[in-house]
Amino acid sequence: MSDVLNTPEVNKIYIDARGPRFAATITATVLAIALVTENKWVLLAQGLIFLLGAVRGPQFTPYGLIFKNFVKPRLSKVAPTEDVRPPKFAQAVGFIFALVGTIGAFAGLDLVFTIATGFALAAAFLNSAFNYCLGCEMYLLIVRFTSK
Amino acid sequence: MKTYLPLAIVLVLASAYGFWWKRTRGAIRSNKAIPGHRLTAEVLGQPLGSRATMVQFSSAFCTPCRATHSLLAQMVLTLDDVKHIQVDAESHLELVRELDIRSTPTTLFINKDGIEVGRAAGTPKREQVLAALSNIR
Repeated sequence: MSDVLNTPEVNKIYIDARGPRFAATITATVLAIALVTENKWVLLAQGLIFLLGAVRGPQFTPYGLIFKNFVKPRLSKVAPTEDVRPPKFAQAVGFIFALVGTIGAFAGLDLVFTIATGFALAAAFLNSAFNYCLGCEMYLLIVRFTSK
Repeated sequence: MKTYLPLAIVLVLASAYGFWWKRTRGAIRSNKAIPGHRLTAEVLGQPLGSRATMVQFSSAFCTPCRATHSLLAQMVLTLDDVKHIQVDAESHLELVRELDIRSTPTTLFINKDGIEVGRAAGTPKREQVLAALSNIR
């Protein structure tokens, strides 16, 4: 996973740090709707947005574009910046949860859908409400368990 | 069909975890230190500070690592017996496992002999760093 997200081209890209947090608020709302209505199509759509954010970058997702065109012009011009790699990592983790949940739903496994959507929602909510850094907490643990 | 129970469970558990996470980030705790381990200049590839060294483990997918780095690097400018060393966690996995580093940034406070006296997960505050350093002789 490191190789995909950590290519030399994305190494030097810095984005407005307020963008991913704004996007996390919309993401959490969409996932909450998916969870309450038990609608697999909502989760599927959010999964595709996660995929776009993980592969191209969170600034290219619909939420990123809403931030850039409608929110950013109303905020302070002095923008805190952040490396694009941490939010890309978070989008990749979100995609994996959405993928598992969507496959579960289409296979008729409602519990898989509920748990996977719940974890994705928890991550998006923590990011939105507490500025939680998923890459900080999870990445090293994943590497510790998966490589020698 | 609508069900609100899963949503309620997720929000309650995530909030509880979030408040705990927010409170513990940055706190420098001596009881988390791994006893009996020595971080030497050979292991770190750089000489230690004559009184104390702050060893910061960082990774690429970590936004607060940058803030922590600039805080600590700037603080040691005025402390000539303290050094700040940044270690890329991903390329030092053996050390990461030995020292049980779980998240980034994690900063170890070590004395002149390389013995850990405390560690902070997350970005510590300037006053917390100064207090921890003043306890190292």
